[in-house]
Amino acid sequence: MRIWAITKRIVHQMLKDKRSLALMMIAPLLILTLLWAVLDNDAYEPKIAYSDLPGPFVDALKKTNAKLKQTDLNEAKKLLEDKAYDAYLEIKTAGGKPELKVLLEGSDLGANASVQQAIAKASKEMAPDTLAVQNSYLHGSSDLSMFDHTGQVMIGFFIFFFVFIVGGVSFLRERTQGTLERILSTPLKRWELVCGYIAGFGIFIILQAVVITLYSIYVLGIYNSGSILSVLLIDSLLAITALTLGTVLSAFAKNELQMMQFIPLIIVPQVFFSGIFHIESIGFLTVLGKIMPLAYGSDALSRVMMRGESIASVLPDIGMLAGFALLFVLLNILALKRHRAL
Amino acid sequence: MMFIEMNQLQMAFGRQVVLDDVNLDIPKGELFGLLGPSGSGKTTLVKIMIGMLKPDYGMVTIGGVQMPSLRQMKKIGYMAQSDALYSELTGRANLDFFAQLFQIPKARRKERIQETAAIVDLTAHLDKPIESYSGGMKRRMSLAISLLHEPELLILDEPTVGIDPLLRESIWADLKKIQAHGTTIVITTHVMEEAAKCDRLALLRDGVLIAEGSPEQLEQQSGTASLEAAFLHFSKPSSQTEGSVS
Repeated sequence: MRIWAITKRIVHQMLKDKRSLALMMIAPLLILTLLWAVLDNDAYEPKIAYSDLPGPFVDALKKTNAKLKQTDLNEAKKLLEDKAYDAYLEIKTAGGKPELKVLLEGSDLGANASVQQAIAKASKEMAPDTLAVQNSYLHGSSDLSMFDHTGQVMIGFFIFFFVFIVGGVSFLRERTQGTLERILSTPLKRWELVCGYIAGFGIFIILQAVVITLYSIYVLGIYNSGSILSVLLIDSLLAITALTLGTVLSAFAKNELQMMQFIPLIIVPQVFFSGIFHIESIGFLTVLGKIMPLAYGSDALSRVMMRGESIASVLPDIGMLAGFALLFVLLNILALKRHRAL
Repeated sequence: MMFIEMNQLQMAFGRQVVLDDVNLDIPKGELFGLLGPSGSGKTTLVKIMIGMLKPDYGMVTIGGVQMPSLRQMKKIGYMAQSDALYSELTGRANLDFFAQLFQIPKARRKERIQETAAIVDLTAHLDKPIESYSGGMKRRMSLAISLLHEPELLILDEPTVGIDPLLRESIWADLKKIQAHGTTIVITTHVMEEAAKCDRLALLRDGVLIAEGSPEQLEQQSGTASLEAAFLHFSKPSSQTEGSVS
């Protein structure tokens, strides 16, 4: 069977091309690990300088994770300027009432928040009789890090990104090295070529999706409250969609560089629609999001992994992804008409 | 009925006319040359012949069947200007892949790989990756691929470009051998000495067929002593030519 001949050839080629194989399998793991290291670390310990604070308040602050230093305003300003400390606290009396003055270094969003958290905690310690707040979570828990919240989307994105590159470039190379023309001078049908390609690369990209997913869940310990099989299915489908998108876009690139130019144009913008950012309030963006395959993949991943939903409840997303893949396959078969009339 | 019949072929890419009213018949078993400078439309004409391109106007039939036709494509071997090989794979893997595209049965496939490799003298190099082949070896491998399915019609687009004289000689010897088996061969070239080896020639210039005939006929008609001089003669718009002039 001719489809099988193409599939087999791609497998042979991939196995010979160790570098591309490594790019597909190892590069995403490396990046995910870095991301995990950055996002999954413990809460930042704010460094706070102070002067003239009441003893009990200093004691309360000491109970937080903040690092404290007694100093005066002038030295504190210098410390903040050098970024050695994040904030300076002092009590000033204004209108007969004491007021806590907080001077923040300000350039680091995370540090600002940590300082404010520490102060809030210490204030509560000082006045325990105010309304106690007890948080509980319908989905997830207070232990979840930034990595748990954005990781699933990142898994989807990296699968999409690496598959797009490898699949798109190799289909393009088929054209630039002249083999596409030669293949099309045989009685092979255009749909057979496209199917053979997807089957051949499909083996590797599904393997890649499985490796990335298992690594994220079992090695990096990303939060997953859903079924791992559902996650694997969604990731694989996302990879197939990226592959078909890559191959169809390669028809519009003259060389590898032009293929790379699609990355900022087609791939990176998808991140904005992947659920990391809230875009509901921006009308035209929500409309654009409807045509972004990654948006559906991310939505499905986040529902399954974060909210523990079943595969049945993300069927609309899965349907959309499959629909995109099918559309891209058909477009590709059509685009090949430029190279052979029949 | 001729084996290949081209009637009133017209082709333009955008506003540029590439072929203008080309009429050409080629009988079975002939070694036919398309001679013309680069940009004269040779490759386009060849691609229309094998059914890769559809002409804007006119039609091609091969063996009485109108092209493009997947059924007829099975009977055509095509070697393009670029070698079109998978450089990571061995010569054998390349041959095997294309043999499968032509749906040659497995047992026969092995035989044909041996036979074609022998024709182009690459038997000893079959299991080396194409990356390690020299330019000439790649060209010969490319030729072997186009012979795999024992095509009735072999179309070669500039097969000896950039090849040393010794190898060119051996490729021509191969072509004569293949022709002796009854295969019709169409070859494009811009090299005059090569054109002289064809049974018959068509001279193509700016998409127009300016003359047609055997090398001897062309020299006689133009009253010149070489094909090069004949080509110059037919290229002059005022001269008497048997091809059509736009």
